[in-house]
Amino acid sequence: MDNSKAVFVGAVFVALALFPWLGAGSYGIDLVTKIMIYAILALSLELLVGSTGLVCFGQAAFFGIGAYAAVLLSGEEDAASVLWLLPACVLAAALYALAVGALSLRTKGVYFIMVTLAFAQMAYFVVHDTALGGGTDGIYLYFRPGLGEWLVLDDPVTMYLFSLACLIGVFAFLAVLLRSRFGRALAGIKVNEQRMRGTGFTTYPYKLAAFTISGGLAGLGGFLFAVKDGFVNPELMSWHLSGAALVMIILGGLGHLRGALVGAFAFLLLQELFKTEAIFGDFAKHWHLGLGIVIIAAVAFLPRGLVGLPEQLRKRLAGVGAGERGGSLKNPLGEAKS
Amino acid sequence: MSNEVFLRGQDITRRWGGLVAVNQVSVTLERNCIHAVIGTNGAGKSTLINLLSGEIALSGGSVELLGEDVTAWTQPRRARAGLGRSYQRNTIYPSFSVFENCRLAAQATHQKGWSWWQRADRCPVSTEAARDAAHRAGLDKLLDRTAGMISHGQKRQLEIAMCLATGPKVLLLDEPLAGMGAEETERMLAMLDELRPDHGILLVEHDMDAVFRVADQITVMVNGTVIASGDPDFIRNSSEVREAYLGEGH
Ligand SMILES: Nc1ncnc2c1ncn2[C@@H]1O[C@H](COP(=O)(O)OP(=O)(O)OP(=O)(O)O)[C@@H](O)[C@H]1O
Ligand SMILES: [Mg+2]
Repeated sequence: MDNSKAVFVGAVFVALALFPWLGAGSYGIDLVTKIMIYAILALSLELLVGSTGLVCFGQAAFFGIGAYAAVLLSGEEDAASVLWLLPACVLAAALYALAVGALSLRTKGVYFIMVTLAFAQMAYFVVHDTALGGGTDGIYLYFRPGLGEWLVLDDPVTMYLFSLACLIGVFAFLAVLLRSRFGRALAGIKVNEQRMRGTGFTTYPYKLAAFTISGGLAGLGGFLFAVKDGFVNPELMSWHLSGAALVMIILGGLGHLRGALVGAFAFLLLQELFKTEAIFGDFAKHWHLGLGIVIIAAVAFLPRGLVGLPEQLRKRLAGVGAGERGGSLKNPLGEAKS
Repeated sequence: MSNEVFLRGQDITRRWGGLVAVNQVSVTLERNCIHAVIGTNGAGKSTLINLLSGEIALSGGSVELLGEDVTAWTQPRRARAGLGRSYQRNTIYPSFSVFENCRLAAQATHQKGWSWWQRADRCPVSTEAARDAAHRAGLDKLLDRTAGMISHGQKRQLEIAMCLATGPKVLLLDEPLAGMGAEETERMLAMLDELRPDHGILLVEHDMDAVFRVADQITVMVNGTVIASGDPDFIRNSSEVREAYLGEGH
């Protein structure tokens, strides 16, 4: 990450930290908390898709397992401690990811996409159709977990700041991870797995480790989501959410951690915008359409996503930017950078 | 010259359906010896390298590396045990810098995947090996360039540098000179001479002048089968080889 990118990411986090004191109402706090949680989901997926070249279409399952674990493991009499509940939720999601990864990573390309989707659908049906998950209606969380007086997540601003801390933690962890030998091996696998094997890397354990870590991080997002809403339902595991997470990282720019961050914000703010009746009137009912059109336009005109926009504009201004549209999306060969 | 055997392929065979791409080929690579494999297009030379390196499975035969039977070993394991290969078609990491291409290759011998908090570019083992390999292949001035943007000949050099970066004992080189200019070819041949004393080298090459200059032993393949094997003089004078491969003009 060179300086301007580090400054950008730092500025985003500082702005987020100050946001509750800049006149954000309860609506704003709630919305941005939600966006930050989805940004964690997007970052977890970026580790697979953008950094390792594994297109997973079942990320929502890990998110949902983290969320359901938070509710199911919490007591009905007393608030659970974050200290054990959070790691337990991350672990539950990571274990499921380990199992899914162990099987799905034996396949490649489209088959891999389909197998990850199938495993996510299995998880969806378990919570939707068995006694465990409470069916379509989902289940309520009796007490929000916390840490005595130190951390009271019933307070929206505390919840906001806790989510921000988790987001920063995940971002920093991935940034460090991706420039380590492990991260470079993932980048090599993404660009040329054949060569990696030819030089002596047994690639399967690397991919499985990435898959497991990714699942665990998605589980952290799910945990936060359940605690924030105090409620979980099967939609958290639906393929719609897996798809939305993919759209976020593509919109933001694959191969960059800050792309996941920017993409999550762009996606959810656009969604919120198109849902606003004050602006779109009756059309707000059809917000999917508006959002879809904007996303198609973004993919067509921003081949490197939103984070590639400054560079694209610079080239356009220098008069050399023409004719490289679409390349990075069809075959995202770009080196993983934060 | 009493020479250690670094690699031995015995009765190597590979079938694709009805096609026998490599048929009962035996090759030996010794220290201090460059063993060239020549043959017409489609003779099975690249397939032979793929079989020896473990990239594809054998239909029959066995492979011995540094005295151990590695027939059942996967390709990465053979590579870590000292078997390096280069590819006929460039198989580099185009989006990485030239240096990072070499460094990542060198990392294979020193993977430490679990030390996730340490920066890869501060890894002394792989950075040093990478610099050394790039230097040997004549890439010192290009270290910071994006690998996909350098010239074709330079990519061929990088291909070799990545192979050397892992510190292999055995080198299987698939047409390293293809697409190189005269100057680059000279450098490559000098480098092969330099590597010869402590490596076992298999050189697949179409450039006959180069082959006859550096090879200590030559094996000729036609349609998956070895038709002759021996020192350069023997091959040059073999009527069978002339007929089948070199043609009347040579
Ligand atoms: N994956 C494959 N599936 C089926 N047939 C293959 C495969 N790879 C190679 N072959 C066939 O095996 C034979 C040997 O091919 P190979 O690439 O080893 O030849 P080569 O001697 O390296 O030729 P060249 O000098 O053109 O590089 C050819 O007939 C080729 O068509
Ligand atoms: Mg070939």
